[in-house]
Amino acid sequence: MTTDTQAAAPELGKARLRKEDARLVTGQTNWTDNMVLPGMLHMCFVRSPYAHARITSVDVSAARSMPGVIAAFSGADFAGEQASLPCAWPVTADILIPPHPPMATEEVRYVGEAVAVVVARDRYAAADAIAAVDVTYEPLPPVLDMRTALDESSPKVHEAGNKSYEWVFDQGDLDAAFRDAPVVIERNYRQQRLIPSAMEPRAVVATCVAGEITLWSATQIPHVLRFALAAFFGIPEQNIRVIAPDVGGGFGSKLQVTAEEVLAVLIARRLGKPVKWTESRSEGNLTVHHGRDQWQRIRIAADSDGRLRGLSVDLLADMGAYLMLVTPGVPLLGAFMFPAIYKMDAYHFACTGVFTTKMPTDAYRGAGRPEATFAIERIMDELAAELHVDPLEIRERNWIKHEEFPYTTIATLTYDSGNYEAATAKAKELFGYDELRAEQERRRASGDPVQLGIGVSTYTEMCGLAPSRVLGSLSYGAGGWEHASVRMLPTGKVEVVTGSSAHGQGHETAWSQIVADKLGVPFEDIRVLHGDTQVSHKGMDTYGSRSLTVGGIALNGACEKVIAKAKVITAHMLEASENDIEFTAGRLHVRGDPQKGHSIQEIALATFAAHNLPDGVEPSLDSDATYDPENFSYPHGTHLCATEVDTETGRVTIRSYVAVDDVGKVVNPLIVEGQVHGGLAQGIAQALYEEAVYDADGNLLTTTLADYLIPAAADLPHFTTGRTETPATTNPLGVKGVGEAGTIASTPAVVNAIVDALRPMGVRDIPMPCTPERVWRAIQSARDSSAGQNGGGQ
Amino acid sequence: MASITVTVDGVTYSDEVEPRLLLVHYLRERLGKTGTPVGCDTSNCGACTVHMNGVSVKSCSVLAVQADGAEITTIEGMANGEWHPLQQAFHAEHGLQCGYCTPGMIMAAADLLRTNPHPSEQEIREGLEGNLCRCTGYENIVRAVRRAAEAGVTP
Amino acid sequence: MIPAKFDYTRPGSLDEAVRALADGGEDAKVIAGGQSLLPLLRLRLAFPDLLVDVGGLDGLRGVRDEGDTLLIGALTTHDEVVHDPVIREHCGLLAEAAGTVADPAVRHRGTLGGSLAHADPAGDMPAVALALNATMIARGPGGERAIGAGEFFLDYLTTALAPGEILTGVRVPKLGPGWGYRYEKFHLTAQAWAIVGVAAVARRSDGHVAEARIGLTNMGLVPVRARGAEEAAAGAEATIEALRTAAGRADEGTQPPSDLHGAADYRRHLARVLTARALAVASGV
Repeated sequence: MTTDTQAAAPELGKARLRKEDARLVTGQTNWTDNMVLPGMLHMCFVRSPYAHARITSVDVSAARSMPGVIAAFSGADFAGEQASLPCAWPVTADILIPPHPPMATEEVRYVGEAVAVVVARDRYAAADAIAAVDVTYEPLPPVLDMRTALDESSPKVHEAGNKSYEWVFDQGDLDAAFRDAPVVIERNYRQQRLIPSAMEPRAVVATCVAGEITLWSATQIPHVLRFALAAFFGIPEQNIRVIAPDVGGGFGSKLQVTAEEVLAVLIARRLGKPVKWTESRSEGNLTVHHGRDQWQRIRIAADSDGRLRGLSVDLLADMGAYLMLVTPGVPLLGAFMFPAIYKMDAYHFACTGVFTTKMPTDAYRGAGRPEATFAIERIMDELAAELHVDPLEIRERNWIKHEEFPYTTIATLTYDSGNYEAATAKAKELFGYDELRAEQERRRASGDPVQLGIGVSTYTEMCGLAPSRVLGSLSYGAGGWEHASVRMLPTGKVEVVTGSSAHGQGHETAWSQIVADKLGVPFEDIRVLHGDTQVSHKGMDTYGSRSLTVGGIALNGACEKVIAKAKVITAHMLEASENDIEFTAGRLHVRGDPQKGHSIQEIALATFAAHNLPDGVEPSLDSDATYDPENFSYPHGTHLCATEVDTETGRVTIRSYVAVDDVGKVVNPLIVEGQVHGGLAQGIAQALYEEAVYDADGNLLTTTLADYLIPAAADLPHFTTGRTETPATTNPLGVKGVGEAGTIASTPAVVNAIVDALRPMGVRDIPMPCTPERVWRAIQSARDSSAGQNGGGQ
Repeated sequence: MASITVTVDGVTYSDEVEPRLLLVHYLRERLGKTGTPVGCDTSNCGACTVHMNGVSVKSCSVLAVQADGAEITTIEGMANGEWHPLQQAFHAEHGLQCGYCTPGMIMAAADLLRTNPHPSEQEIREGLEGNLCRCTGYENIVRAVRRAAEAGVTP
Repeated sequence: MIPAKFDYTRPGSLDEAVRALADGGEDAKVIAGGQSLLPLLRLRLAFPDLLVDVGGLDGLRGVRDEGDTLLIGALTTHDEVVHDPVIREHCGLLAEAAGTVADPAVRHRGTLGGSLAHADPAGDMPAVALALNATMIARGPGGERAIGAGEFFLDYLTTALAPGEILTGVRVPKLGPGWGYRYEKFHLTAQAWAIVGVAAVARRSDGHVAEARIGLTNMGLVPVRARGAEEAAAGAEATIEALRTAAGRADEGTQPPSDLHGAADYRRHLARVLTARALAVASGV
């Protein structure tokens, strides 16, 4: 960085309260479902009750004559327009990407797939009329288990087969690493299927006026959505405006181009009327893309001192019935993360994407990285147990030392910076590690029915998605840059436009801090605009912990351009040389003479008046910047979890949880801490509570929040958080991203703690979610097998 | 159709409604009180929590006809010149991220403090058991309620 | 999310309500707080033609001390049951269990009568009514009658209430001196339904359990008494070991379901463990 910045940087690192809150705490919000337009109609979908069936007829005529109904359509009515929902990540050259019409026309392949739609004057009438749509089906056999879906004898989800792709990555000589290795451990882990469950259900409003489409959607990706509507559905891009108003959480689930969005646009265009669709929660559980769902076979080879020699990972990943926006790419984001923070000589990764007759999977908070982190952190505990070494000690023997950065891992990523020793030391101290180990020993010795377990997770992640060249090399369909604009208003106030579309992350606050810091204007004078493609014409949106590490850096660059131009104008106004102008604390002045100069606000006004600008300088102080990162960023941390396990009932209670995260430099510690808390809750929920369950016919059993168990405040512990700060060296703000850290780290910490509590009983694993019943069964089967070994006595 | 008279945030409305109309839809779609959102269909999430005759209820699980004669307070009626202490506390403690659960969470918290002005952490967590948040992990929500309690909320 | 259409009436008297319900026939349903019914209507799992809203019948609210018994109006909300000083003093089990129903907002609307008449075996209050030997008071076209809790729950979501009958109140014997109680609810998250619940009352005398009554939640199509454990507990020493032995019979005669939240054998195991814990608290061990 060569541009001058303020000597002191009071704004960065300040716990600013959020600007967003004013409308959110008072109920003056702008959710998509709040939208009312003159003449607006309401859509309601008829959805498949079968996991797999041939559609033999769809008759919407009776529905059309129901009270209040304006129109009703089947998939055939849009055969010429509805095309196929896009998959932007064809991970291999020979990947199978089956057609995915927004409304099924010939076959349905999961329960909930849309087959018809009713459009009525109000949502009650629409809900009533769907019962009048007559659909006949010829049931086909469902395909529900990805482990048998590839068998010759398995029924086919798609005619072309149940295998979508196989993606392989090899580095080093794996055979050599495993040959004669003193320790080889193999485990199979299950990443259960999850339902992202943002609190705001999806909602869409679409209008078409004289061929110009406006789409309001509860989406994370207004820009990508606009591009997709243009590229795949033949709507001229210049005639599409996508608006993401207040969006109530996403966690990846709103990183999608959905059937409902596309159909809302097509129906608004067909009818010439605005249309709205808002899902119910039970509809959403069926049809918002699901997350995770992998079987992982992981093998490690180690020396007798516990030093890792090689790692081999084979995944089966359930794609569900179709490939949606980034479905096949999610496991690949994990591929680079299995080696985690550890050094080793060889690595093999292979993933097979498998079709089943279930809702498609796609990105859910962490997307690929929680799965990878879980498997490696679980098996590191197994290695520790095998060698009778403390789990933190085994990690320390293998991790990259702080003086070894930058370090290129066996997965070919170059970690720019990190300090695992510091984060771990801090976590141990906050946790009271040694005291808890002592208590654990006492409880074991006394045979306490409530056992204590300690779980460790020393994670890293790759975030800041992503360097465009890397995405290109992985066959991703777009780039990973981000865009920002700074508009200097005549009165010295500032409008900031970001292509990063927030839905709870607090961009309006954090971006204001970056600009206030950079330009020296008051925090209150800055307004951040986002989420409307007509306001923010360029962007790659928000996912993958990318907003600050990519969008924030773009904004930083836009501010620098403002300063650079302001210097030219100031030099002219002061009749000084441009090289003699310094910028300090919001003032441009002659070097060494702070009195002689102008504030940036004065320069904004002077530019607006344009009375005295240098020759050839345009009367504008506005700037645009686009930033494409050269590398990912690599936050890391050490999480420690203490669980109490009631061995009589199997109930697990988290007694304490310490998260020490290193996310590099911090713009707003309140927001960082909040992101960690929320991530922890979702990661713990995977460990203990949540699972999308299908029955043997392919019906989803967890369609409501009464069955899909999201934890409430009473189900979660207090979190103790701490930070270490090792700045990123790859971007000027030194930031690393925080959105997914808690989710990635916490799941293995919790499961490690449960297994640690029960290991003396012979328990080595418990499938997630670790419900009381599963914990109890694990204890029973360990007792049974140990009774068998001991000849029946215990 | 049924005739109802309901007072919402201090304004009295008389309307003809279908018996099946849910109170939350009456608030949102007839009265334009969109501050109260809907998050589920089984009364689990609590996003739609309002006060009915002084106590918290889930407005998705009350028929508008059942609210005939009732006095309803929504999040939009909580500020009285200045923000309610809970609104201030949620802001001050960063007790919200996307904000979708926030109206219900604040209404539930207000009800908790009405019955228990100085709850312990555990009592706060249990008092909010009917309200789900997917963003905050509840840590800062608990802090916010404690802060409002310390500030002394009067119902 | 949106209920199907129905007609609605809000009678001003119990007689009117009984008449409306009788006139409505099979497809008429009573609604009180609506906390069980409305989710079913919204998911379109129930399609009544007529809802008879008894919410205006103020005579069905509140608690009357009858000497040896309490008469609790069917419209008394869970929240009122939790806080009512008379109930807390004489039938503390009822207050304790009501405090575990759903969440505060649901408890403000949901009623004791509603949860008993709904007869969900996963609901908390039916097992409590069994353990307390409560009597249901019903009013129908033929007048008033009393139905013992043991005869009230006939099948899944089915009670002994005849078509046209309305549950008006619950008569609960007071727990006298020497009695203790406990509701052990085992659920996965704070507002999840009980996988198993155990409602126990026990009378202690001379270091022994003189008698005990135990109701089980979610151990069959209807709430059931744990007769085997009751029998074994009667006369047992008031020690953890003895109560654990007695509780070993808690699942005798039950037919627990296997579903998403628990398999039958796990439920049986839980019933035994939780019964031991409930008996221990109830008998002051």
